[in-house]
Amino acid sequence: GTAADWGGFEDNMQGGGSAVIDMENMDDTSGSSFEDMGEMHQRMKEEEEEEAEAEGEAGAAEEEDGEFLGMKGLRGQLGRQVADQMWQVGKRQASRAFSLYANIDILRPYFDVEPIQVRARLLESMIPVKMVNFPQKIAGELYGPLMLVFTLVAILLHGMKTSDTIIREGTLMGTAIGTCFGYWLGVSSFIYFLAYLCNAQITMVQMLSLLGYGLFGHCITLFVTYNIHFHSLFYIFWLVVGGLSTLRMVAVLVSRTVGHTQRLILCGTLAALHMLFLLYLHFAYHKVVEGILDTLEGPNMPPFQRVARDIPVVSNVVLNTTAKAIALTL
Amino acid sequence: FAGLADVSISEDIPVEGEITVPVGSHSPDEDFSTLDEPVRDTIMRDLKAVGKKFVHVMYPKKSSTLLRDWDLWGPLVLCVSLALMLQGGSADSKDDGGPQFAEVFVIIWFGAVVITLNSKLLGGTISFFQSLCVLGYCVLPLTVAMLVCRLVLLAGSGTVSFVIRLVVVLAMFAWSTLASTAFLADSQPPSRKALVVYPIFLFYFVISWMILTFTPQ
Repeated sequence: GTAADWGGFEDNMQGGGSAVIDMENMDDTSGSSFEDMGEMHQRMKEEEEEEAEAEGEAGAAEEEDGEFLGMKGLRGQLGRQVADQMWQVGKRQASRAFSLYANIDILRPYFDVEPIQVRARLLESMIPVKMVNFPQKIAGELYGPLMLVFTLVAILLHGMKTSDTIIREGTLMGTAIGTCFGYWLGVSSFIYFLAYLCNAQITMVQMLSLLGYGLFGHCITLFVTYNIHFHSLFYIFWLVVGGLSTLRMVAVLVSRTVGHTQRLILCGTLAALHMLFLLYLHFAYHKVVEGILDTLEGPNMPPFQRVARDIPVVSNVVLNTTAKAIALTL
Repeated sequence: FAGLADVSISEDIPVEGEITVPVGSHSPDEDFSTLDEPVRDTIMRDLKAVGKKFVHVMYPKKSSTLLRDWDLWGPLVLCVSLALMLQGGSADSKDDGGPQFAEVFVIIWFGAVVITLNSKLLGGTISFFQSLCVLGYCVLPLTVAMLVCRLVLLAGSGTVSFVIRLVVVLAMFAWSTLASTAFLADSQPPSRKALVVYPIFLFYFVISWMILTFTPQ
């Protein structure tokens, strides 16, 4: 009821809670946080206040009994009261911490986009900018990158299934999710760390957003080449599409860094990691083993290729063929 | 007190009402009434609610039954049956390439949670569990597709069976996506519907892909 609402409000003013908790107390159906959690929290607060009132009365009654029982009774009652109060304070603090950190309102500004903006940014991610003397604007948005990572997971799953990749001690889905999210979060953090060392002006959210949109090129390339198995086609796509998205990321980073050495370190690392990741995704999870060996060895094929795939053998063969392919193209 | 009686109202209008105000006697009464009923009544009521929601999914009209009284029994049953049917091969087969039970279970629930969080972050007015409920219930067409696929695979596994399975799975995938969109997209600001629909599309696409590529061993 309103009494509890007002009581909660006062509590927040005294405790110096953040605006986040105020929103939770409002009768707001727009769902600023988990409504069910908010209701539970409200009920907990009401219960607390009821308990506190009941406690006050019971405490007074018990104190009288305690005095009647003597000093031992009184200390027992006091001890229990102190314990109860400490538990209540602890519960209040825990629920405040929960509503502060588990509140998804923290992430809300990063998801404030329109579909037209997302489409525009997707297309922009393939167009390298020319102006590198002026810091380029990066939108700190997380919806597009998150959706692109999930799309990449789906495409990877499709590729692994069509190539009959057998993964022991793990699952196909787990591997796909781990690879994509690991790349996005890990490389973003690493490049952010390098950017910190090289005095580049970029925040973590901007880096996540930049790298996330850079995965758009990867999605297109893999979507096409997992279905059309021409290696020359893959290499063309790798260079053109992968290269364009890498150039865009590199140009944006260059525009935000001062100094030749720093620019070189940052952009070289990012370019290498981005291009190598696309290469890895294609070769590790694609039915390419027999294809490449066919083109390299010719008609004299050793019999071991016809054996049902076993993952250590496959990984060795993939490494060998990758090395051969890179040596041939260089 | 006689003076007060004259002040109030004229005599010909009857005054009625209760002086005794029941203090909180409503909720304990309700609790008692559902607590005392036989177990069979409780189960039948819940089963009927779940059945009604299944019907709503198969014929998606704009009704608020799914949203108002959400429950997670239906999604749980569907998820478990789908995961059981998707289990590949026998336990002692070494080349077990099919998804495990836990994998399917985690994908469905983790995917539903992500979509719910996404729709809330984009400014949706729907609550967390309501969204989970809708997404879970809309897995029903895909479960039906899985049943059909298994039956078709019993008959044979050639190109014809693949085409049949492809058509069935595609149709059910479209049905699932449309059904969940009909329930969820209303709670979004109109310009952002596409942003909410895309992850739902992806989610059901992954599940459909798992169903389509299922081969018994």
